[in-house]
This record gives sequence, structure tokens and C-alpha cells, in this order.
Amino acid sequence: MQLRPILSTLRHHRLTAMLLTLQVALTCAIVCNVAFMIASRIADVSMPTGIAESELSTIQSTGTDLHQNAQALHDTDLAALRAIPGVESVVAVSSALPLNRNDSFGPACPSRQVFEQAMRTSSLFKGGDCPLSSFYDGTPGLLNTLGLQLVAGRDFLPGEYTAENNPHVAIISRALADKLYPGQDALGKVMILGGNALQVSGVVATLARPELHGMGDGYASVIMPQLPDSTSEIYVLRSAPSDREHILKAAEAVLFKVDPTRVIDPDQVQTYSQIRDAYFQRDTTMIGLLIASALGLLFVTALGIAGLANFWVQQRTRSIGIRRAIGATRGDILRYFQTENLLIVTVGIVLGVLLAVLMNLLLMTHYELPRLPLWYLPIGAAVLWALGQLSVLSPALRAAQVPPVVATRSV
Amino acid sequence: MFGYYLNLALHSLKRTPILTGLMVLAIGLGIGASMTMLTVLHVMTDDPMPGRSAQLYTPHLDPLPLDHKRRGDSPDPTDDMTWPDAMALLKAHRAVRQAAMSGGSLLLRPARADLRPFYVAGRYATADFFALFGVPFERGSGWSAADDAASAHVVVLSEILARKLFGTGTAVGQTVHLGEHDFRVIGVTADWAPKPLFYADQTGTQYSDADLFFLPLSVAVDEKFQVNGNQSGWVKGDDNSLTSANMSWLQFWVQLDTPAQVAAYRQYLIDYSAQQKALGRFQRPPTNAKLYNLMGWLAHENLVPNDVDLQLWLALGFLFVCMVNIVALLLAKFLRRGGEISVRRALGARRRDIFVQLGIESALIGVAGGVLGVAIAQLGLWSIRQRPDDYAKLAQMDVSMLLGTLALAVLASVLAGLLPAWRACHVPPALQLKGG
Repeated sequence: MQLRPILSTLRHHRLTAMLLTLQVALTCAIVCNVAFMIASRIADVSMPTGIAESELSTIQSTGTDLHQNAQALHDTDLAALRAIPGVESVVAVSSALPLNRNDSFGPACPSRQVFEQAMRTSSLFKGGDCPLSSFYDGTPGLLNTLGLQLVAGRDFLPGEYTAENNPHVAIISRALADKLYPGQDALGKVMILGGNALQVSGVVATLARPELHGMGDGYASVIMPQLPDSTSEIYVLRSAPSDREHILKAAEAVLFKVDPTRVIDPDQVQTYSQIRDAYFQRDTTMIGLLIASALGLLFVTALGIAGLANFWVQQRTRSIGIRRAIGATRGDILRYFQTENLLIVTVGIVLGVLLAVLMNLLLMTHYELPRLPLWYLPIGAAVLWALGQLSVLSPALRAAQVPPVVATRSV
Repeated sequence: MFGYYLNLALHSLKRTPILTGLMVLAIGLGIGASMTMLTVLHVMTDDPMPGRSAQLYTPHLDPLPLDHKRRGDSPDPTDDMTWPDAMALLKAHRAVRQAAMSGGSLLLRPARADLRPFYVAGRYATADFFALFGVPFERGSGWSAADDAASAHVVVLSEILARKLFGTGTAVGQTVHLGEHDFRVIGVTADWAPKPLFYADQTGTQYSDADLFFLPLSVAVDEKFQVNGNQSGWVKGDDNSLTSANMSWLQFWVQLDTPAQVAAYRQYLIDYSAQQKALGRFQRPPTNAKLYNLMGWLAHENLVPNDVDLQLWLALGFLFVCMVNIVALLLAKFLRRGGEISVRRALGARRRDIFVQLGIESALIGVAGGVLGVAIAQLGLWSIRQRPDDYAKLAQMDVSMLLGTLALAVLASVLAGLLPAWRACHVPPALQLKGG
């Protein structure tokens, strides 16, 4: 295959070829960045919470009778909910659950000294040595109902639960344990949380926070043996995934039977899938839009390549005929157009890769996006090469069908 | 001449239907995508009170101690006002109208046996609220300053809530049990909710929220009703009651009709701050006091999510690629017509005539692309409206956006046609005739 005739034709159509190159370059740059955004959003949306989401549903109830005893009400409610057929277990929490945005959090310090040091330098809420962590409470059986995986230590003992604000032990997530006590065994250590000393009695593998303040510290969680002490609470029910809908209906009825004066907001009766969908709703919208625009861009570029190639084939019918007449095979003609496309697209990709990196740097400064991993670039290049070859295939095949006799006709 | 060029253009486009179709499709996709995003941005940054917004201002004071440091990404306490400051500004009565307000959710126990108790979101406000924002009433009216002073238990319901509680019967004069207290209904507002709900505290979903009831702020403070939104205290050990001078939680809006009034009010805020500083309550410079107009306040709050911003840039990038695509295709198309152009030039057509003829051809593609673009944008907006996002329901194209879409399409295609047309009209006549 000789490049010289191709280069000389392209020189003849310099401006058109340059425009096509520019289009390929822009498409390559945008698609690489968009693909990266899609991938990071998908990673966000599918992040694990550490709980058995597919088997959980929640129902929030708010008591309106001010003289009710919270503990007694919870006991009655829990017993009634447990009796619903299909319910495997049920617990009450006061408000916080992974991804439900009811976050209460504060600095967790690894020791009294660190806490006092942070107090002195008033750096307590700056993260640092005392990472900001979310607090979870709940009735006995929380670990089992949520399906949390205990990797060290033990669950709370019945005697450790308290309705006052004074728990003495805590179970923490492994992410927090690694942050507080790097390279050490967290079990038995005493951490300081809001001035209270809590001994670490267990470590769970993963437990996401109600709100993921930036993905990096989305897993710093503390569970305390603290009983919910108001008549506004969330009941968490565990069941087979397919039973969740009808169990939620039954649960609502059961709760109203126990206390008809309570308020249950219909929006707060939901399966865990709904909680997750609501949390990541903006990201899913964005993923859809990003995919649509990336596909649209690739489509338009393919149209451009095909349209122009089509046009060039028509224009050069006579010269193709002459080349066929003087001995070029069909394969030669086919390869001619394919090589021409390869040249244009390659130059476009080289420019596009540079543009992609520049665009990413720009986005990093304006939208706090992370750096584009370099391996996206060869993949983007491969996609555009394939796209170029695919789009040029049909016009090139048509060109290859031009019979040599065309050369003898006048146009 | 225009008719003749139009004819020529139609003829030429018909001769290459595939290429024409490609160009129309490309411009339609580009325009459709960018207009979808522009429309979303347009409705999100639109004026929530057309006709009235120019007179609405919100004053902001800075009562924070000198050593106060904001904690991480927590809200700015000076976005809201303390009770003593709001009461002082109300009493001074330096604006045409002024009102202090805050949001709250209260338990409502319906009298009807078939309705369970439920929580309902509304606004605690002072008397001028309704006149200040021009709230339309279906029945009755708001309350008076005397009611504020007397902490009268009166309430204004939104039409939706009134209908839910009292059906088609008249609500005015009835009693509503709200937050464990009885309130007499004195008015029912027509369906009214500015989008965004600019006077609300910025936490929350401002594009979908609406107030379902309004009651006097003094009652809410007396009965210690629950308050929605930020309550930022800055003195450790303070009682953090609603009337504390060290906690901001109120929103304050005033009406100022003339530039002179605006300037005078700005000066009044500074004087007030200076006076408070002299009294030892404020520590920071009195010039920290600010007066935002409505649109300025929305810009300050920056309600448009980063995502929408990013989507807009993406859509514009997409449009640009589509335009480059069309430039290339038009260039190829026009240059191929060298023969025809040479003949017309040889017969006496000036370069300008060729340029206009080809420009009309590009514009024609733009019009077709614009029509397709409107259809694609409608489809895009429809898909956005299906999303549960806070702003999604607003995504509707108005007439100005519709015309804008068509104009943008024609502009884009004429711009795209400039270079090819310029190149084509420089074809030397003789050479092409010989070659043809």
C-alpha cells in the first residue's frame, strides 16, 4: 500500500480533511472524559453499604402522644411486627441508617490524650487525628437484622444496652478502626466520642454512613448500644426480598393497631432499594444523560465520516475507474479508502488524546473531578479507530465495486 | 432574487438527499441536546417573581464574634437573622414593606374522622408577608400587625390543604388543630409557590417545596414551635432559644421601590450595625451588613447544582462537534459544485451573489435542523420530567426558548456555512469550465 497517492489527495482536500480530523479529536477528548465520569458515577452508585439491602425494608413512625413511654412502645411495636408472617427479624433505630441522610456525626478520637490535644488546638472538627464519624443506635439484634459482618470482637451483651445517653462500649467499622488505630488491634481500645469514653468491643467489615461526605470517608461509623429514646423511630424489618412490599403494608396496619394516634408518612415506608435509589437519584440521572451524549457524539462523528467518505467516493468514481483499468484490484481500492480513513482518524486521535488530558485538567479545577486515568486514552483511541473503520466500510465497498470501464466514459 | 436562490437551494438539497439528511440530523441532535440543557438551566435560574422581583431585597447583618470560625462545609450563620435584629428592623419600618419569616413543620390533627393526623410544612411570618410577595387569596385575607403583637392564633391555609381538610366547603372561619393548638382560619391562598422558593432557608429542596399554611411568627415563638432549616448559634452555653441574640434562624425580606430607598436602606443597615457595635453586641465592621436584591440573592445561594452546569457544557461541546461536522460536509458539497458555480460566475453572477445563494442553502438546512432540534429537545425534556429530581417537573419549554432554539439552529448552520461558502465563491470561473 502506497501512502503517497493518499497524501496527495488529502492535500488536495486539505480543509475538509482537517475539519474531519478536528471532529475526531473533539469527539475523542469528550468521549474519554465522559466515559470516565460515567465510570466514576457507576462506582459511586454501586458502592456497598455493608448491610443486607435486598432483604431490608423500613418504616418510620412518629408518636403524637407526649405521655407515651418510648421503651414500652418500642417493645410492643417490635413484638407486633415480629409476629407478621415472613418477618425474620426487626429492630428499632432512632433515625440513622446507611444512605438515609439522617446523619448525626462527630469527631472520634483514638485516645483521651489526642482528644485533649485537639481540644487545646481547637482542631476537633477538622478531621485529622479525630475523624468525623457517624453514630448508629438501635435495639438488640441490630447487627443480625442489618446483616452486618462482625470481623473481630463480639456483639453487644444484653446488659450493655442503655436508654440513657451513657453507653460504655461501641462497635466500629473496619474503615474507622484502620484510621484510628493503624497497624494495631482496635479491640479493647478506648476512644473518645463527644467527651464520652467508649471501649471498642467489636469491628464490622463495612458500614456506610447515612451521608457519604465525599467517598473517601464514607465508611467511618460507630454503633452504640443505645436504645432509641423517643417515640419517633424507624423500624427495620428483614425478610425475603420478594416479601418486602406486602410486609411493609402489613407493618403499617399493625403499627396503627398498636397506636392509632401515631403518624406514618407514606414516603417513609420504603424498601431499602428505594432508599438507595433516592440517595443516588441525581447520579443515575447524570449517568443516563452522560451515556446519551457520548452515544450521540459517536453517532454524529460516524455520520460525518460516512457522509464525507460517501461523497469522496462519488467524486472520485472516474479516478477509481482509471486505477482499476490500469491494474488495481478491488482490494487495493478498498484498502485505499480504509487507509485514508485510518490516517485522518489517527491524526485526530493524537490531537484528541492531548485535548482529553487538557479538558480533564480544566474539569478538575472547576468540578472537583479526579484525574483521568491514562488507560482511558488507548481505549478511547481504539473505539474511534473501530468507529472510523466501520463508518468508512460501506462507502469503501461501494468504491471497490466501481468497474474499470468507468474510466472510458466521460462523466 | 431571494425566491430564485431559495429554489436553487431546494433543488441542490434534493439532489443529495442522504447528505442533506445527515446534515439536518447532525444539527438537529446538536441543537436538541443543547436546548434541552439550556431550558433546564433557564427554568432553574428564572425569575421566581416576575414583575415584583426588582423591588424585593433581603438585608443581612453580621452579628458574629470576631473569632468565629465556620466549621467545614456548615452553612453561613449570617445567611439568616437573629430574633432581636429581625424585630428591630421590623419596628424601625424603614422599607415600604418588611417581613420576617421561617419555615416549620407542624402536626395537624384533622377534625374529620377519616383523616389520620399528619405533618404539614408551612411558614411562620409577620403580617406584611402577603402584601410583600403579592400572595393571591382565594378567600379571606392575611392577618394584621395587631394580630402579630397579640400573638393571635390565626392561620392562612393554602388551597390544597383547605380542600384536603374541608372539602369543597368554606374553610374561612373554621378551626384547625395545628401543633397541638387551635387556630382560626382567616384566609385561603390560591395555588401559590414561587420556584425556587427563594424566601425559604437554603437547606431543602427549593424547586418542589410549597408552603401549605401561614401563621404569625410571634405565635410560633411563644409556643416554641419546631423550626425547619439552619439554626446557627455561636455562643457556647447559650440557651439557644428562638429569641436568643446569638442564634440566627430567620429570613427577612423588604420591599424598596426606588433607588433612593435602596440606598437609604443600605445606609440604615450600616448605621444599625454601627449602633449595635457601639452597644457591644456586634464585633465586626458595620460595613459587613449587606442588602441583596432577589436575583442577586439567588446568585449568592447558587442553587443550580454542579451537575446541571456540567451537563450544559457537555451539550455545548456536543453542538460544537456537530457544527464542525456540518462545516466539513458543506465544504465538500459546495466545492463539488465548482462547475455550476463557474458557469454562474461566467454568466455574470458576482461573488456576493454566489455567497448569498450558498448562505441561503445553509440557512435552509438550519431551519430543518431547528425543527428536528425542537422535537429532540421536547423528547429530552420529557425524559427529564420523568426523573424524580427536585427541579425535573419544571423542565418545560416556553415560547422564548422555542424561538431561541430555531434561531440558534439557523445561526449555527449559517455560521457553519460561512467558510464553505466563502471558499466556494472564490472558485475561478475559467478554470472550472475547462475542467468540467
